[in-house]
Amino acid sequence: MNPDCRDMPPACFPTVQSKSDMNRKEIFSVISNRRLTARTMLLKVAGATGAITAPGQFVNIAVEGKYLRRPISLFDYDDDSITLLYDIVGDGTEWLATRRPGDPLDILTGLGNGFQPAPESRRPLLLGGGVGIAPMFALARRLRAEGKDITVVMGYNTAADVAAEKLFADEGFSTYVATVDGSRGTKGFVTDAIDANGLDGDYFYACGPLPMMRALCSALDLPGQLSLDQRMACGFGACMCCSLQTRSGDKRICKDGPIFFKEDLIWK
Amino acid sequence: MNKPDLSVSLSGVRLSNPVIPASGCFGYGYGMSEFYDIDILGSISFKGTTREPRFGNPLPRVAECPAGMINSVGLQNPGIDAVIAEELPKMREAFHNPIIANISGFSVDEYVECCEKIDREEQVAIIELNVSCPNVHGGGMSFGTSCDSVAEVVREVKKVASKPLYVKLTPNVTDIASVAIAARDAGADGFCAINTMLGMRVDIRRRRPVIANVMGGFSGPAIFPVAVRMVYQVAKATGLPVIGCGGVDSAAAVIEMMMAGASAVEIGAANLRDPYVCRDIIEELPAKMRELHIDRLSDIIGIVE
Repeated sequence: MNPDCRDMPPACFPTVQSKSDMNRKEIFSVISNRRLTARTMLLKVAGATGAITAPGQFVNIAVEGKYLRRPISLFDYDDDSITLLYDIVGDGTEWLATRRPGDPLDILTGLGNGFQPAPESRRPLLLGGGVGIAPMFALARRLRAEGKDITVVMGYNTAADVAAEKLFADEGFSTYVATVDGSRGTKGFVTDAIDANGLDGDYFYACGPLPMMRALCSALDLPGQLSLDQRMACGFGACMCCSLQTRSGDKRICKDGPIFFKEDLIWK
Repeated sequence: MNKPDLSVSLSGVRLSNPVIPASGCFGYGYGMSEFYDIDILGSISFKGTTREPRFGNPLPRVAECPAGMINSVGLQNPGIDAVIAEELPKMREAFHNPIIANISGFSVDEYVECCEKIDREEQVAIIELNVSCPNVHGGGMSFGTSCDSVAEVVREVKKVASKPLYVKLTPNVTDIASVAIAARDAGADGFCAINTMLGMRVDIRRRRPVIANVMGGFSGPAIFPVAVRMVYQVAKATGLPVIGCGGVDSAAAVIEMMMAGASAVEIGAANLRDPYVCRDIIEELPAKMRELHIDRLSDIIGIVE
């Protein structure tokens, strides 16, 4: 800002941003980058978040030494920060895990469609497999603000992997856990925890590995929305690397998704 | 000091600057308007279009490399009729400069039919013929790897197309200059060099190719020196305008490509890493030109001996 303008009334600043130059790329600054389990991290970064419109959207982070960015779901966000829950799965996320407070990160924000409103739902189930629980946090906060009665169920392989239970429980969400080996919560999958605890809902939101999503779609006789993942290049709909055939035509997971309605998905 | 002149001309088509997003990395343009005003671009080479709608190859379609990426999208597109009826009208709303139409085909007939249709579109200024597709009537070998098949497809398309015809050359040949000469002698008006290089990655944990289709097109800064060399060879061998393409991601790289012989430059993979890269290059070019004492960008085309 020109220092000579400091004392001028706000009216002399343009209030409408140019329609076409939407800044979706920002240099964020790391606030914290905390290890939750051996492979799961919680990263909070500071920066402009104006391009974000809904929970379920994702960001695309440039990582050192890699040509392509790393797409990661929004765990939470507010006016000037973003929080991401991510697993260390390769060199890129390994590097990300070494970022310290104050380090810069080049991030594209506001990508993907985000979860869609479902006004008919009163008692939604929010279901996550592994790090797939990530987009459910901001969603849970939004749905609670809308007055919905929320139940969160997360599935992991084993107790040592359970990364997000405390984050949800601390916020006061009704939270259930399943582990494949039974070392914590219900033994089995998310669907087993739903049955074992007699959980009842009228709608579901899910994110996790494809076999889990497929099982949920057949096991739950409820309408729902699912967050899909696929190897992406751009993350904003330009390259057609993450295409998906749906009942409503060919879609790009990164741009037309990652959130899809259950009835649009074709399980082969 | 005069304002640096970024304008260039391709077969009489004047562009305000030489920066053109490459086919397959920018869709039909309008989707990128959510990042910046795409009217600043010299032109746009739209997504490779075929006669029939195509979903393309199985997923995964992308593999990462140290300085680039491999893709095997498989020419996913809605087909020429839907492109003309649905995509071009949306493109026209967001973009008002000359358009380069990238056309693909699996037979000579298909190229001819698509080019005849797209030639009638007023905003299409140049037809860019992607000859890297397999020729299903010619044993499946890519049209672009044989002088005879390139010449045949160019000769037939020229009969129906009034717009300048640029052949997008594949680098996966022994001698790119001889393919370019064959295309020129069949009537090509210019070239785009180069398409992607054939590449492959293996997932060593799963013991199988990263890409479902096994091999794919390698692009990104790693191929820039190869592209510069081939632009140089094609420009020198044919004397026709060449759109340089391959690994360009900065104003300096645009200038290098032009000095090697390019009349304009396409930018591909860099868009996927940074959607603002073309805007940033256009903004950086004047300062880089001043630094190098270049008043008019068109003065440096093919300046290296």
